[in-house]
Amino acid sequence: MFKKFSTSTDIAGQTPVKSSVQRSLRAAVLAQWKIEPETLDVIWPKKEGLVHVKCREHISIYTVHGEPIFFQHFDGPIYPTLRVLHKYPYILPLVRIDRGAIRFLLAGAHMMCPGLTSAGGYLPPSEEALAADTPVAIHAEGKEHAVGVGISKMSSEEMRKVNKGVGVETVTYLGDDLWALQTI
Amino acid sequence: MGAKKNRDKNTNAAAAAEGTTEASAEQQGPPPPEPKPPVEVLYCAVCSFPPEYCEFGSSLTKCKEWLQETHPDLFQKYYSDEALQAKIGTLSLEAQSKLEKDVAKKEAKADAKADAALKKKLSSQITIKRIERNKRKHVTAIHGLEAFNIDLKKAAKQFASKFATGASVTKNPQGQDEIVIQGDVSDEVLEMIEEEVGILKGIPADNVEIVEDKKKKPAD
Ligand SMILES: [Zn+2]
Repeated sequence: MFKKFSTSTDIAGQTPVKSSVQRSLRAAVLAQWKIEPETLDVIWPKKEGLVHVKCREHISIYTVHGEPIFFQHFDGPIYPTLRVLHKYPYILPLVRIDRGAIRFLLAGAHMMCPGLTSAGGYLPPSEEALAADTPVAIHAEGKEHAVGVGISKMSSEEMRKVNKGVGVETVTYLGDDLWALQTI
Repeated sequence: MGAKKNRDKNTNAAAAAEGTTEASAEQQGPPPPEPKPPVEVLYCAVCSFPPEYCEFGSSLTKCKEWLQETHPDLFQKYYSDEALQAKIGTLSLEAQSKLEKDVAKKEAKADAKADAALKKKLSSQITIKRIERNKRKHVTAIHGLEAFNIDLKKAAKQFASKFATGASVTKNPQGQDEIVIQGDVSDEVLEMIEEEVGILKGIPADNVEIVEDKKKKPAD
């Protein structure tokens, strides 16, 4: 989503978010992420104004003090930025890619099932199976911190069964243009 | 506002009362939940990645130097022989050596690119153009600042507030971005560049020239 993103051409405008809209956004974040309200208050204090940065192709980035906190495509799922995920890694379910897949991910590729099902990879066990279209934290073999944020394209059970094609679509990753954008 | 203050006072009073009868306080339910502290992640000052990912960037040599100097313990953790052995993980030796070759190639490419960019920067020109709108009105167009990594929007804002006038980023007929300031401020802009005011840093004054763009006089 942010492999090529430039503030001068891809941002249409910035507007403060109305408090009624902020309330419904906050409720949506609390429903979608595994986060306690009081921890979310630290990332996004109630008294601070949230700013909506409207971008090309219906991408919305939301910032606090100019710092991107989360983003959304149309009215799809709300993704944390990778920096927020690094601070609170447990807010999204975790998948892991094997070492061989890391360099492809860092070039912006989506993650193929074999990179997730191999010995170096990880998918949640069947009792905690991941549904399709779930935002996930993408971790990497041998690394402590997440390397990207993605969305599952099929359930984790299907990934194991089919074991080919794209399992997780990469949404943002280490070194993409959103990563480079520390403040807007 | 007043109501909130009162509420605070009440809770304070309640807290004080609880302090005196600890046993009963315990029965009053759990304390308010505390936010979970964030994980403190160190980021590489060279490539901005967490240091464990520097090996995939295009500046590994410089990243390693930085880490060794600033965080020798982490350097040991990531780059000691055992660490290098361990991290290969499930990757085959073949794939690992391919990865290392790729990284070296990427690094050489990035270095060459940086060199070229520097050369280009040192040779790029900035023009400050004084454009005559009509007899008494001028605008000043500045072209080429972006080659020196200057954010044009921010620079326009700085000019606007400095000269208390309008300034904007627009595309010139060639499709390149330039800053247009209302009024003739070309000498002042040159001065600001020379004195490196605000965000106008790192521009050699020799690369800046002022040009005039006069309306052709109607022949009579
Ligand atoms: Zn680095």
